[in-house]
Amino acid sequence: MRGQRQITITGIQPAARLLAGLCLLAVAACKPPEEPRYTPDKAIAAEGLQVIKQAGCAACHEIPGVTWPAGRLGPSLRGFDDIGLIAGALPNTAENLAAFLRNAPAVKPGSTMPPIPITPDEARAAAAYLYGIDDDV
Amino acid sequence: MFDALWGWPPPVLDPAGPYADKVTVLAWVLLALGVIVTAIVCAALWVAIKGPPRWKQRLGGESAVWIGGIAFPGVVLTALLFWGLTLTADLTDDITGNEQRIRVTGEMWWFRVQYLDEAGRVVMEDANEIHIPVGQPVVLELRSADVIHNFWVPHLSGKKDMVPGRTNLLRIQAGEAGQFGGVCAEYCGGPHALMGFVALAHEPADYARWQQARLQRLAGPNTTGGVGRQLFMESGCGACHRVAGTEANGLAGPDLTHVGTRATLGAGILPNHRGTLIGWIGDSQGIKPGNRMPSYDTLSAAELTAIAQWLEQQR
Ligand code: HEC
Ligand code: HEC
Ligand SMILES: [Cu+2]
Repeated sequence: MRGQRQITITGIQPAARLLAGLCLLAVAACKPPEEPRYTPDKAIAAEGLQVIKQAGCAACHEIPGVTWPAGRLGPSLRGFDDIGLIAGALPNTAENLAAFLRNAPAVKPGSTMPPIPITPDEARAAAAYLYGIDDDV
Repeated sequence: MFDALWGWPPPVLDPAGPYADKVTVLAWVLLALGVIVTAIVCAALWVAIKGPPRWKQRLGGESAVWIGGIAFPGVVLTALLFWGLTLTADLTDDITGNEQRIRVTGEMWWFRVQYLDEAGRVVMEDANEIHIPVGQPVVLELRSADVIHNFWVPHLSGKKDMVPGRTNLLRIQAGEAGQFGGVCAEYCGGPHALMGFVALAHEPADYARWQQARLQRLAGPNTTGGVGRQLFMESGCGACHRVAGTEANGLAGPDLTHVGTRATLGAGILPNHRGTLIGWIGDSQGIKPGNRMPSYDTLSAAELTAIAQWLEQQR
């Protein structure tokens, strides 16, 4: 399913393209583009998207790449690849994220995200997908 | 519900029972005839443009119009009509008394499901899923509570309208155990596109056991309790929802007596587990915009969780 915004600069006049390129360069000079924290395996991340869709995570989260639903009981996961602590509490490691997705209250006492019935492998795949979200514009 | 529309082979071309078989045969025959007629028209077009003059003359003659334009379609279409009606006649056969009777009522935007005894009395109430025995015909009595809906399980039968003030009969039968997605196939306003259900076919022995368990559950008192039950009642959920054996007896929304066993939530659109239960109760309007249940975002996460935990026990 498509849902991510994309900016294409093909088809624009060469002069405009040059200008756009210069602007990008200038921006890049000020602040190097954010390195994603992890570069997850594409195939595993794609599996993770399926897991996320089948588990119904989007009943509570807005998730890039999932057009429907977009429940708002939990925080939006836009820009999750650049987040600091997981749920504002846990050190941001892939293992912690996978554990959090399966059973949040167990790893973050008092977390209001309920345990979700997915296997450890599915949780790791879902985590890979979330780390692979690259929606910086 | 989405597996009613997507998948390989496409569900419409993948019949899983005798009635669906007939609908599929009819579809293929119609397609084949369509292809043949298109081929004849193309050939005639070629003759009219590039054919030898003698052929052209014949094609332009009066007899060509009588034969190709009136006699041929008249005969073929009439034959097709009778054959098609005969083939699918038993899909709407009357109740003989040997089938499981299930009344399914379309409501904006979910399906009320009532299992009937031989006399047509309601034995069990449910919503958004129908359980049927494998290898036995089931008669569905289709109704509507508001506008026209349409009942469609592509794997098991053709489409049938649910019309206010009428009861339309539809026979379905599953040839194998399994879970088959169904949808409302007639635009009925608002979140129509999110109005679905599932049909679950069980081997006859499993079906009997399932039925027995439900009846047993209905015969005894509802012993589940705790904070969740109290919150459910205090929040007014019982004004719209019925839970057998409790004071909740609302009729505006789906019966929740067995919600803990449901395969899906929100009329076939979400998997059913604690997370989606909480998500639905707290933000059903975000998930299914325009549906007739308010979002309970004034309850805390702990309260939503307690209600969900209680609903999980309604089996
Ligand atoms: C019942 C609704 C609900 C469901 C279903 C749900 N979540 Fe959550 N999620 C939450 C809530 C509430 C939080 C905030 C938890 C906290 O702060 O402890 C959260 C937090 C998160 C976070 C941390 C966000 C951040 O900003 O740090 C991630 C990542 C996440 N969820 C992913 C998922 C995934 C993946 C699934 C499906 C496997 C899922 N969630 C299912 C409600 C839900
Ligand atoms: C104004 C009436 C109304 C009230 C009050 C109400 N609901 Fe609902 N509820 C509905 C309707 C209507 C639906 C079906 C929505 C749809 O699928 O279109 C529904 C659906 C549900 C479902 C999904 C059932 C299924 O099988 O898909 C659950 C669970 C549920 N409600 C729980 C609750 C709880 C818990 C409360 C109280 C906090 C509550 N409802 C209050 C009308 C109501
Ligand atoms: Cu509809």
